[in-house]
Amino acid sequence: MAEAMNNQDAFLIGDTMTGGYGAGPDILHDCTVAVNPGEIAVIVGPNGAGKSTAMKAVFGMLNVRQGSVRLDGQDITSLSPQDRVSRGMGFVPQTANIFTSMTVEENLEMGAFIRRDDYAETMEQVYTLFPILKEKRRQAAGELSGGQRQQVAVGRALMTQPKVLMLDEPTAGVSPIVMDELFDRIIEVARTGIPILMVEQNARQALEIADKGYVLVQGRNAYTGTGKELLADPEVRKSFLGG
Amino acid sequence: MSDTMRNTVYFAGIAVLIIGTGLVYSWDNAMFILNFGLVSAIMALGVNLQWGFAGLFNVGIMGFVALGGLATVLVSMPAVPEAWRAGGGGILISLLLGAATVVLAVYAFAKLPKGWVRGLAMTVILIGGFFLYRAMFDPAVGAVEAVNPAIEGYLGGLGLPVIVAWPVGGLFAAGAAWVIGKTALGLRSDYLAIATLGIAEIIVAVLKNEDWLARGVKLVYGIPSATPDPIELQNTPSFVERATGLGIDPVQASTLWVKLIYAGLFTAVLVLLFILAQRALNSPWGRMMRAIRDNEVAAEAMGKDVTARHLQIFILGSAICGMAGAMATTLDGLLAPQSYQPLRWTFLIWVMVIVGGSGNNLGAVLGGFLIWWLWVMVEPLGHYLMVLITAGMADGSALKEHLLDSAAHMRLLTMGLVLLLVLRFSPRGLIPER
Amino acid sequence: MDLLNAFVVLSNFVLIPAIAYGSQLALGALGVTLIYGILRFSNFAHGDTMAFGTMATILITWWLQSLGVSFGPLPTALLALPFGIAVCVLLILFTDRFVYRFYREQKAKPVIFVIVSLGVMFIMNGLVRFIIGPNDQRFADGERFIISVREFKALTGLKEGLAIKTTQGITVITAVLVVAALFYFLNRTRTGKSMRAYSDNEDLALLSGINPERVVMVTWLIVAALATVAGVLYGLDKSFKPFVYFQLLLPIFAAAIVGGLGNPLGAIAGGFTIAFSEVMITYAWKKVAKYALPESLEPDGLAQLLSTDYKFAVSFVILLIVLLFRPTGLFAGKSV
Repeated sequence: MAEAMNNQDAFLIGDTMTGGYGAGPDILHDCTVAVNPGEIAVIVGPNGAGKSTAMKAVFGMLNVRQGSVRLDGQDITSLSPQDRVSRGMGFVPQTANIFTSMTVEENLEMGAFIRRDDYAETMEQVYTLFPILKEKRRQAAGELSGGQRQQVAVGRALMTQPKVLMLDEPTAGVSPIVMDELFDRIIEVARTGIPILMVEQNARQALEIADKGYVLVQGRNAYTGTGKELLADPEVRKSFLGG
Repeated sequence: MSDTMRNTVYFAGIAVLIIGTGLVYSWDNAMFILNFGLVSAIMALGVNLQWGFAGLFNVGIMGFVALGGLATVLVSMPAVPEAWRAGGGGILISLLLGAATVVLAVYAFAKLPKGWVRGLAMTVILIGGFFLYRAMFDPAVGAVEAVNPAIEGYLGGLGLPVIVAWPVGGLFAAGAAWVIGKTALGLRSDYLAIATLGIAEIIVAVLKNEDWLARGVKLVYGIPSATPDPIELQNTPSFVERATGLGIDPVQASTLWVKLIYAGLFTAVLVLLFILAQRALNSPWGRMMRAIRDNEVAAEAMGKDVTARHLQIFILGSAICGMAGAMATTLDGLLAPQSYQPLRWTFLIWVMVIVGGSGNNLGAVLGGFLIWWLWVMVEPLGHYLMVLITAGMADGSALKEHLLDSAAHMRLLTMGLVLLLVLRFSPRGLIPER
Repeated sequence: MDLLNAFVVLSNFVLIPAIAYGSQLALGALGVTLIYGILRFSNFAHGDTMAFGTMATILITWWLQSLGVSFGPLPTALLALPFGIAVCVLLILFTDRFVYRFYREQKAKPVIFVIVSLGVMFIMNGLVRFIIGPNDQRFADGERFIISVREFKALTGLKEGLAIKTTQGITVITAVLVVAALFYFLNRTRTGKSMRAYSDNEDLALLSGINPERVVMVTWLIVAALATVAGVLYGLDKSFKPFVYFQLLLPIFAAAIVGGLGNPLGAIAGGFTIAFSEVMITYAWKKVAKYALPESLEPDGLAQLLSTDYKFAVSFVILLIVLLFRPTGLFAGKSV
């Protein structure tokens, strides 16, 4: 099953990555994650399993010693995160992911910083996806609620019109109700055709919306499958989903 | 080359510089450099305690040094009984009144519930207290300053031996450091820097303007020496005999002898402080300090009271600077508040510590001597350089005169350059921390 | 009681000087606060940067004067100002390239930057003394007053006079223009916003494709301009003396901290807070009291809270109070 999912020709793939931070010990071991257009791929796993690390590896924030990262068929393993952004990767960090002292609109403008063309249309699209942001666009982003801040963060990343969007625990620290709303929004983003790779702590809810799920344990792929398959897998349920 | 070898070479180099100065210029000059070099080394030791051990950034060294200078006057000068009769009591009472006002205001702040009542009470206390204080203080000061203004016009001191002033200077500085440390430690490092910069300016402003205290810019002359008086020596037959026996002019011999005695005293103080600092550095206390410096968060998590430890070392380091300040004033024999310039008394000491090797006591001492020598010698050397550069220019040309006149300002340029070069290419200094 | 005359005296000796001084401090504090926000250290060389820019302007002013150029009733220094800024910018960019950049690449701790700025301070101070000397220089020319005491009295028939010096008028107008331009730049332009973004969240700014070196360079450009303008205005209003500029560091830092380090609006508020406190606490109120109070309450003394020699103490005490009770400053800066 796993072989079939990890299509070598996936749009974005971190292929059998092994590596760690700087010269430190390896945290990932032959770890593979991939995502295709229109899909939501979710990385779940216990604490310290290397979920965020796997995503950071895909984004170029750590040293991948073996394996490669490919975007749209091109090897980008050696590119810096900044270069990956201009190649079309959008990344939403887990914390400190907005400019708190700037208005919502300015946050979106900064998201579009590398674009030299007119981004008014993109901004309208973001406002359509996240109507609350339009309402609060003159307000400092730091004054918004947790869920709204996450929308700003995702909106900021969308401003580059990324070919792929990566979210690091977008629902960390928000209430269950807000979490459901955020997932709804993320599905909407995916429906626009952008592949989404995300790390999630709330494994059950995340797998429910996932087209593809990766369960990592100690930096290795433990289980891979569609969201539904993983939710149905008794092993996965017992170990990671609390029964 | 081993560390010991290298350090020996460094200090031998210093000796060569000082002796060379004596041979080329004069022994008087060399002794001047040596004695102030010793004082500088002590200051550097104090600053190294704060910066090297604890990572505290103190740019108010000048203030602590000036407090030491004040201590010299207050301890060693004879009292002026007439001034005391005229207004001494008034000044003391008004100062007590001022202190009482502050205490009362703090008390009100602590006891009253938060709100406008507290604000009002504090305002009334502070303003009322201030006017009471001024009403007592101003006439008393006027009376004191009117007493024989040409040479006195101040309250004088206690008339004790001047050496007593050295530890007292340390105490004064410690007191000021406590106030600053209480407010600014525990905040970001830049705040301590600004606060110390400020207190130093204020201390010097007080010295300049409170004539009743130490005559302000009118200077206090004739601070008693810790050594025999050179004039007396010249009149002592046995001394003259010994001097002529050595083939030295008695007048010159007497001043050199006085300076040698100072050198001995200062060396004793330096050695004592150095040993104490070394032991502190290698004690559990010193290790804890460095642990805090290297990782404040971890130290705090281990239950160390970082702010209290910082306060401790900040006070200690400042006290050493105060002591050195008292020694410097003793050596000068006069207190001149206008001579307290931050570039000389604060930032120069910083250059010494950085160049010598922050975190290493021996390095601080070395930096003290080396940079002090450079500071003194840059001026004549700069002048030579300018003479060389301008040799080809027509006499009387404006540029030539300007360049020759400006040689004096080479000091600051050189110090800045030395500091930047060391920071860049040898950031751990000449004798790095082990 | 004569409240009108009291107000005139108050304006003449307190309000007008404090507004002018406050504007100068605010411009200085803006420079400090920008460096803090972007480069994240307290720049001890700022006073000497001001001195250097002012010196460059003075030298060009003298040169213009020797050519017979004048600016009518306005000081010639205003014509020289853009060139002075340019010289200061060159020095600052040179310094950044050969001094600060190395430590940025090393990701050195802020306190190391502060010590490096001490070295820069020494060198700039030395340069200024080397070139123009340590003495007082006056370089204001043109009309001395917008309105003089005599004109004011003739105009209003009041017993007390009021003078507005040309330099005070220029200070306030220039400060308003400069601050307006700065805020327009920071809030409305792409580069300005990218600076704010960088100051707010460095990592996210990098992620958004903002070039840090460009942000730093623009910051230095603005800081050099602000420092030169502040220095020239101060020098026109009072006089130019290198050591005094070094000492301005204290009120300027106090202003920046009181307002909240890293917050431009705070720097302006802080500048005026410090200036007004300083002037009001060191002013002898007797003359105002003479008019404002009934005769029986008139003070005997000068009614001066502190002698002018202690003006540093004022900024310092305000600074201590802020550090004790509100370490992030009035406008919540970025530091604790």
